[in-house]
Amino acid sequence: MSNIESHTIAYVRDTMIPEQDPPITESGAIKWLRDNLFSGWLNTVLTLLSLLVIWWAIAAIGPWLWNTVWNAGSLRECREALGGTSGACFAVINDRWHQLMFGFYPPRLYWRPVLAFVLLFVALSPILFTNLPRKLLYFSAAYPFIAYHLLWGGSIWLPIGAALGFVAGIVAFAIVRKINGLAAIFAAVIAPVFWWLFLAGPFDATMSSILPLGLEFVRSDRFGGFLISLVIGVTGISLSLPLGILLALGRQSDMVFVKSVCVIFIEFIRGVPLITLLFTASLLLNYFLPPGTSFDLILRVIIMVTLFAAAYMAEVIRGGLAALPRGQYEAADALGLDYWKAQRLIIMPQALKISIPGIVNTFIGLFKDTTLVVFIGLLDPIGLSNAIRADTDWQGIYWELFIFIGALFFVFCFGISRYSMYLERKLKTDHR
Amino acid sequence: MTEPVIEIPIDRKIDTSHMKVTDEVAIQITGMNKWYGTFHVLRDINMTVNRGERIVVCGPSGSGKSTLIRCINRLEEHQKGQIIVDGTELTSDLKNIDKVRSEVGMVFQHFNLFPHLTILENCTLAPIWVRKVPKREAEETAMHFLEKVKIPEQALKYPGQLSGGQQQRVAIARSLCMKPRIMLFDEPTSALDPEMIKEVLDTMIALAEEGMTMICVTHEMGFAQAVANRVVFMDQGQIVEQNEPRAFFNNPKSERTKLFLSQILGH
Ligand SMILES: Nc1ncnc2c1ncn2[C@@H]1O[C@H](COP(=O)(O)OP(=O)(O)OP(=O)(O)O)[C@@H](O)[C@H]1O
Ligand SMILES: [Mg+2]
Repeated sequence: MSNIESHTIAYVRDTMIPEQDPPITESGAIKWLRDNLFSGWLNTVLTLLSLLVIWWAIAAIGPWLWNTVWNAGSLRECREALGGTSGACFAVINDRWHQLMFGFYPPRLYWRPVLAFVLLFVALSPILFTNLPRKLLYFSAAYPFIAYHLLWGGSIWLPIGAALGFVAGIVAFAIVRKINGLAAIFAAVIAPVFWWLFLAGPFDATMSSILPLGLEFVRSDRFGGFLISLVIGVTGISLSLPLGILLALGRQSDMVFVKSVCVIFIEFIRGVPLITLLFTASLLLNYFLPPGTSFDLILRVIIMVTLFAAAYMAEVIRGGLAALPRGQYEAADALGLDYWKAQRLIIMPQALKISIPGIVNTFIGLFKDTTLVVFIGLLDPIGLSNAIRADTDWQGIYWELFIFIGALFFVFCFGISRYSMYLERKLKTDHR
Repeated sequence: MTEPVIEIPIDRKIDTSHMKVTDEVAIQITGMNKWYGTFHVLRDINMTVNRGERIVVCGPSGSGKSTLIRCINRLEEHQKGQIIVDGTELTSDLKNIDKVRSEVGMVFQHFNLFPHLTILENCTLAPIWVRKVPKREAEETAMHFLEKVKIPEQALKYPGQLSGGQQQRVAIARSLCMKPRIMLFDEPTSALDPEMIKEVLDTMIALAEEGMTMICVTHEMGFAQAVANRVVFMDQGQIVEQNEPRAFFNNPKSERTKLFLSQILGH
């Protein structure tokens, strides 16, 4: 059939061709191998090189890991058990895991941090997964006070008193809002501050004398290991996000004063290494506080870590805000939504969604940065690994401790990362 | 020349029985001026819009049409003169601004739907949060207006899954859910393909037939001819000419208008 005819001669198909399987080379394992590993000579060489590297790595580390000694009281016993062959001595983890986890927290009270840890997931679940019953959010709101009481103990009336301050703020806001919106915000700030400054103390004292309830008090210097990393990390993460949002909004504000305060704060904190802020927390902060107040070191570190992460968070969120088209603000305005409603319902859900990778980056960074507290004398896992090595039994052991610590951090960070990918998929509604 | 020169965009007969201009003043603009920095965008604008009027604003690009209608719901701030909408003067008082905005609906060139919410949620958001309408009731109202713009079956989709014309009709429905007394349109069809332009114009004509007070910035002269009771021509930030459509198209007075019409109508 010539070319011209194929254009000019009319044609009607009378039998339709049924669907057929692709040729064998176009499917299954062979296709996958060809497409992904051996497509072209350069990729083939790269594949072979990678296989070689993987082989070397396994050959070097494999036997050492395989020959692990799990039960021994000291490095010397380990070496004897190995009898000259190369092998790991994870017996140290077996011997000292409780220290790596809890520091010097009293062993008979271990159930308290463990319970707090389990409840953490209950409290997080309604925030992380929106299909769970909304009533669980009340538990999430109460969780910080429950966790504080479980970890530190002392009189139960102290956390209850602190929580009542927030209740006072909400009640004041609800009452005053009927009169004036702006005054309500002031009331919502002043009422709890007034409560905490003047009433929470007497409340604690009276209630404790009437009904002395509580758990055994544990001092902050007994905290250590992953307990301390988690306390600092989780608190820092949950406080730095809202603070970062406020800073990002402040930086965009038209009000010159608010804007400059936010800009100065962000630029200052970002321009200073975290370690100097931690030293400030451990040494200088005492000078600024009224004499006689002993301000818990863990609390001071939490404040510094939070501020540090919030400054980064603010910039990440500002990026998300900048990516939103102006039309979104205009549509919200044109519908009569006020600033806060527009932010909450239209702008933030979209800006935060765009910023998820950056936010998660900051979270993971913050969590890993908690290991810096070792430099101001807090016994986080790294600090404890030093303490363990200082013991004559385990002098000279490095790899096993660091592998264990690294693996635990990895589990947490990988979990956060996976969740964020789930969240991104779930929130994907643009379908483009 | 006495016959209309422009093709009317719809094939049906327009029902004019509810299109009644009343004596009640809806918008009063007097001596209004606006600057962007030192650039004088709007110069001495005087305009009265009565309830029930359907006004089409046209003019060359950059003449300040968008700026004018954006001043009416204070998306832009004017620096001199007075704008009174439904008896409320627009000043920096936030209460007044919110009041005016909830009375005035606006439809944008690029739709500006909220991409993270479904069509239904787009429509119920403002009634629930601004008007404090119960959710059930807001959803019923939303479905009513989505039926009116002929896309109730899309209610649970996201804006990204709809065509441009459908999105613009959702945007109109979203505005209507606030039960506005005045509607502003800023080139609602200029980002759309011809087939979709017709859908959207159809919706707008239906709205006019119900007696809605409308100000439309548009270059759809067929629409102007069919439903407008007044055409306003702007150039260089000023209102150069206004007249009822037949006289405006067939017998323009100003040279600028003649030039503009000859360009846009292509003869
Ligand atoms: N935010 C702004 N800052 C400075 N100048 C602006 C701003 N917005 C608009 N302008 C200028 O003001 C003038 C009027 O703009 P406007 O958008 O009102 O024109 P328009 O008549 O709607 O034009 P078009 O038909 O292209 O939409 C233009 O010259 C434009 O460049
Ligand atoms: Mg415009």
